[in-house]
Order: sequence, then C-alpha cells, then structure tokens
Amino acid sequence: MKFYCCSVKAVNEQSEFAINASGLTKRFGDLTAVDHLDLNVPRSLVYGFLGPNGSGKTTAIRMLCGLLTPTEGTAQVLGHQVPGDANKLKPKIGYMTQKFSLYGDLTVQENLEFIADIYSYPRSDRRSRVNDLIDRYDLEAQRKQFAGTMSGGQKQRLALASAVLNRPQLLLLDEPTSAVDPSSRRDFWEKLFALADAGTTILVSTHYMDEAERCHRLAILDHGRKVADGPPSELQASTGMSVVQIETRNTFAAQTELKALADVRSVTQLGIKLRVLIPESVSDPLELVNGVLSAAGLDAKSSLVSASLEDVFVAVTEQKRRLEAAA
Amino acid sequence: MRSASRLFAVMRKELLQLKRDRLTFAMIVGIPVMQMLLFGFAINTDVRHLAAAVANQSGTHLSRQLVADLRETQVVDIRYVVETPEEIEELLRNGSISIGIYLPPDFDRRSLDKRRSAAQLLVDGADPTILGVANQVRNIPLKFDTIAAEPKKAATFEVRPYFNPEKRSAVFVIPGLIGMILTLTMMLFTAVAVVREREHGNLELLINTPVSTTQLMIGKVVPYILIGLVQLALILTVGDLLFSVPIRGSVLELYGAASVFIAANLALGLFVSTVVRTQFQAIQMTIFFLMPSILITGFVFPFDGMPRIIQYIGEVLPNTHFIRLTRGIMLRDASLFELREELLALAIFTVIAMTAAVLRFSKRLD
Ligand SMILES: Nc1ncnc2c1ncn2[C@@H]1O[C@H](COP(=O)(O)OP(=O)(O)OP(=O)(O)O)[C@@H](O)[C@H]1O
Ligand SMILES: [Mg+2]
Repeated sequence: MKFYCCSVKAVNEQSEFAINASGLTKRFGDLTAVDHLDLNVPRSLVYGFLGPNGSGKTTAIRMLCGLLTPTEGTAQVLGHQVPGDANKLKPKIGYMTQKFSLYGDLTVQENLEFIADIYSYPRSDRRSRVNDLIDRYDLEAQRKQFAGTMSGGQKQRLALASAVLNRPQLLLLDEPTSAVDPSSRRDFWEKLFALADAGTTILVSTHYMDEAERCHRLAILDHGRKVADGPPSELQASTGMSVVQIETRNTFAAQTELKALADVRSVTQLGIKLRVLIPESVSDPLELVNGVLSAAGLDAKSSLVSASLEDVFVAVTEQKRRLEAAA
Repeated sequence: MRSASRLFAVMRKELLQLKRDRLTFAMIVGIPVMQMLLFGFAINTDVRHLAAAVANQSGTHLSRQLVADLRETQVVDIRYVVETPEEIEELLRNGSISIGIYLPPDFDRRSLDKRRSAAQLLVDGADPTILGVANQVRNIPLKFDTIAAEPKKAATFEVRPYFNPEKRSAVFVIPGLIGMILTLTMMLFTAVAVVREREHGNLELLINTPVSTTQLMIGKVVPYILIGLVQLALILTVGDLLFSVPIRGSVLELYGAASVFIAANLALGLFVSTVVRTQFQAIQMTIFFLMPSILITGFVFPFDGMPRIIQYIGEVLPNTHFIRLTRGIMLRDASLFELREELLALAIFTVIAMTAAVLRFSKRLD
C-alpha cells in the first residue's frame, strides 16, 4: 500500500504516529478522569494502556475516537483532529467497547453482515469477508446463534471480528480479553500480532500484567495520569528500584517490620514470598532487609530479583503518591 | 421483624431511585397537573361556537331575527354567509363547518304553518355531540313582531344529519380511533427503539461507525412507516367487516395521508428518544402525548367546542389534523386536495420533529 502514497494528504496520514495527543484532559464535574495525557502511538505497533479500575482508560479511548469531547488538550488520530474531524476518522478505525455492544438478538452472521453494510463494505465481497472472519475468529459453530446467548469469550471474539471487518488502520480495544480464559487469551493475542504485522496499529487497554508485557509499548495510567511510558522491558529495567524477594514462614510479622522502614516503598505478598521495593539509592538493599528481619528474630531467605511489570506498576504509582505527599 | 426491615429496604431503594430519575420525578408531578388543567378546560360537554354557515334565501325581517337569535345562543359561530343549500353542503363536506342553517324563500309562510318546520339545520351527523347540539337548538322560538303566534307543533328547524344518517357511533369513532392507535404504536416503537440501543450499549458502537445521524434516523423511521400502514390495513378491514365503516373517498389518498401522519409520529418518537434515557421514561412520555391526542383533537369532543387556547394546543398535535383527514376522506368523500391544509400541517410537523431529533441526537456520549 505504501507504494501509492503520493498525494500530500496521504503522506500526511502516513506520519510516523497513528495517535498524537497532548494535554488531553477530561473532567466529569470535580473528578478529573484523564489528566493531561500526552500520547504518541507509533504505527503498526501494539500499544498497551495499563491501569487499575477507574484510571481513565475507557475515557481516554473514547476521547481518541471522538465519542467524548476533551475538556482540554488536543489529539490527532490518523492525521485527523478529534473530535472535530471524527467523521472522517470513523471509517478508518475499529472500536471494541468494554461492554459488548453488538446486537444480542441478531445472530453472529447477521451482526457481521450489518457491520459490513454500515461500513459500506463492497457487497460482492461481503459474503466472503464475513465467512473469512467467522472462520478466522473461530465462530463457525455459533454462526446461527444469537449473539446475546454466547459465552463471554465468544462475544469478545465476535466483537473483535466486527471491529476489524473494515480493515481499519487503527484498532482501539477496550479490555478485549476481560472475559477470556488464559489459553484463549493467547490465541487472541496472536491474532492481534498478526493484525499489527499487517500494518494495523492497535491500542489495547488491560488490567492484566501478562498482557501488558506482550505489548510493544506501554503507557501506565493511574488516576487519569500517565505515570510511565515505554517498551515493557525498558520500563522493567528503569524502575529505579531494587526488588528483594523474601521467603519466610512468618510473612505477617516480616511485613510489619519491613513496612516500618522509611526506605521500603512497598511490600507485596505472593503466597509465602514477599516482594519488597527499595530505591536504588540504597546501596545494599539485601543487607538492609536481612538486618531488620534478623533483629526481629525472623527466619528468612532473601535474594535480589529483576523487576516484573507489576513491580514497575507499584513503583510508579508509589512514586507519584510520595511526590504528591511531599508537595 | 426481619421481613419488615427487608420490606422497608425495598421501599427505600425504590424511592431513592425515583428521586434520582429526575425526568420521571418531573412527570409524576407534571403529568397530573398539566393534564388536569388541559382537560379540565377542554372537556366541556356544553358545546359552543360550532362553525356554521347560513343561507338565508328569504331575507325577511323574521328570518334575520331568527339568525340573530341563533347567534345569540353562542352555540353556533356563523363564519360563512352563502346563497344556496348546495354551498352549505359543500362547506360541510370539506370540513369548514359542522352546522349549516338554511332558510328557504318561503320561510315566512312556512313559519305560520303549524305542521311544518320553517327551516333546516344541515348537520355533520358523523359527530354525535354536534347532532345533539342541533337537536337542542331546533326548537328555538320564532319572534313575531305583531301577534304572539300560536305554539307550533313542528320544531322551528328540521335537522338533516349528513354522512351518518343511521347515527351509528362506530362510523364516528373508528376514523378517530385509527389516529389514536397509530399514535400509540408508532411513537412507542421509535422512542423505545433508540433508547433500547442506548441501554444495551449498541449505540456506542453504532455512533463510532461512518453511519450518519440522518441515515440512522431515517433508517429507523422508514420500516415503521410500513408497519404502520399494515396496522392501518388491519383496522380498516376490521372496521369494514365488523362495523361496516364506509370509506367514501379514495382509499389511496387515505393511505397517503396516513403515511404522513405515521411519519409525524415516528419523528416525534425519535425526538422523545433523544430526551429520555430509559425505556420506562420513553413509555411515560408516549402516554403523556397520547392523552391529549385522544382528548383535545376532536376525537371525543368537538374541536370547535373547546376554549380557544386549548384549540391552539390541539392544532399542534398531529392527531388533530389526521382526524380531520380520516373523517373527511372516509365519511365525507373529501379529497386530499380539499384537505391539503391538514396534510401540510402534518408534513411541517414531521420536518420540525425530525430536524429537532437529528439536531438533538449527538454522535457523542457527552
Ligand atoms: N459519564 C461519567 N460521569 C461521571 N464520571 C465518569 C463518567 N465516565 C467515567 N467516569 C469516571 O471517570 C473515571 C475513569 O473512568 P474510566 O471508565 O475511564 O476508567 P477505566 O480505566 O476504563 O476503568 P475500568 O478498568 O474499570 O474500565 C472513573 O472514576 C469513573 O467513575
Ligand atoms: Mg474501562
């Protein structure tokens, strides 16, 4: 396709980024749901939005596709200003809402045909496109089933199939795998990578660390703010924290001891293990931990491990909070 | 004790939700007050100011006195003065008047004749209330200057009911019933159709596709026009088979008029759907419009008999115009051309409601 891009407009659309947003803000009354979000999403990548409930993922995605008017800030999506130019944008994007939004009283096939017609998909190719999608998204057995009666995972496959039907340049997926079991989730992500390989830019929101880890790039949202941004491995490498893993029989007492330390940023329990985040400015975190625990008479085995994405997440949100408390 | 606290929990929750649902709350307060005001004034069985025409071929003092006396009663409102009874018939047929007063050339001589009525009231007999009014005024006394006349045995006026000589109520009710049924179903269909999509979340997906608001709105309306016409066919068939309600005018024109009326109600339904948030509210709003569509449109009470202000409100309602159209076409063999003003009113209503719906419908969520 890129071969034929010669007009000025086409070149413009083929800019390096699918999404450029700066200072994007949405307030609902007193609540700032999205707070000065700067976002640059390169083309043909899977870009993740990681954030807890209420962190503003859905609100940000809605602003990017023109469904919500930003209170402040601007966004360019595929070269179009939103929300002003949203109508020109709509044929080029696929949007999968967090809540299932296809018609429960239509069958899988009818839903897909309806979407094809809404996008003015050429009638001659419509049947083969729908069949192709039913096949690719493994919906053959449900072809004649009412969408409303399908299982959560089946619904999400149908929603993805309908979002990609018009071969959009940009896919906005709002928690597409929230109802999908782990093995189906793997399949789902393989499909996303296949789409990205074919040139589609994908913005996907999630709560799952394992999913976030798969993204090419990742933005971590917390209370509407972007607290970190980069490839997952980079984020893991640059937390600014040492991660100490402690194995102990008396996790509760150990936690109490550790939390009392000023340098300990967070303690997370995973079964009989504790993960402790300590700033890199502390030169020997192991010694610090061991010292405290043995002083308290606790028997523990500790070791330095590399940061997981969850550690990153805890570290960045923790950091923000501390900065705020200081201010 | 426990069951009581659960009972209270349910009641408290119900009241709390009601309090939050501002529109419903407003309707709980607004509907009774507004409807009482509206219908309290409108429902008036003491009918006055019926549109009338007079043809006085006698022109004598006595005949002029009689017309003046009639006018005095305020029961009729003489809007046309014509020459012949044929002209009165024409005015009756095209719906301009509901009562015609005909005084023949030999009026004075007839008024002295004890067995004969002196004059005629030509009445739109399709409306029983109007017929009743005519029967009340038929005995209005003649005022002779000179001698006090002997009491006449015959009434002053002979009442000639047109269009429904058998005085069957079905003939009167069914043309109006069509409008009521269509108002209810058509408004409800569209109002609920959009709100349901909003409630189910379909709208968030739909407004993110290239489909335009106009396409969405018209696409929602057109299928229901067909459904409305099917309903009309059913009503007419039952009306014909069971109640022998005639269609004296053109059936095609009747369907044409109905199509515009259906479109008007669908557009109104769409507009309602942009105002309400839930299906429950949509149903309430529909009933809110349905009540006046029954009571102040001339369906139950003669339009002319209502106070002026209620008439103005009535003129805004599509059913007012549609009832005039159906009665005109079905009972009086009036043509659409004669009734063009009513059709135009419906078309204007449709365009305004549709435009308002399109403007109010936002392809955004905020
Ligand atoms: N229409 C609205 N009116 C008021 N507040 C809203 C509205 N929509 C969202 N919010 C608030 O904005 C914040 C962000 O919500 P949003 O739905 O974007 O979060 P999210 O990251 O998608 O959460 P989740 O993971 O639970 O889907 C929340 O605190 C939410 O309560
Ligand atoms: Mg969300």
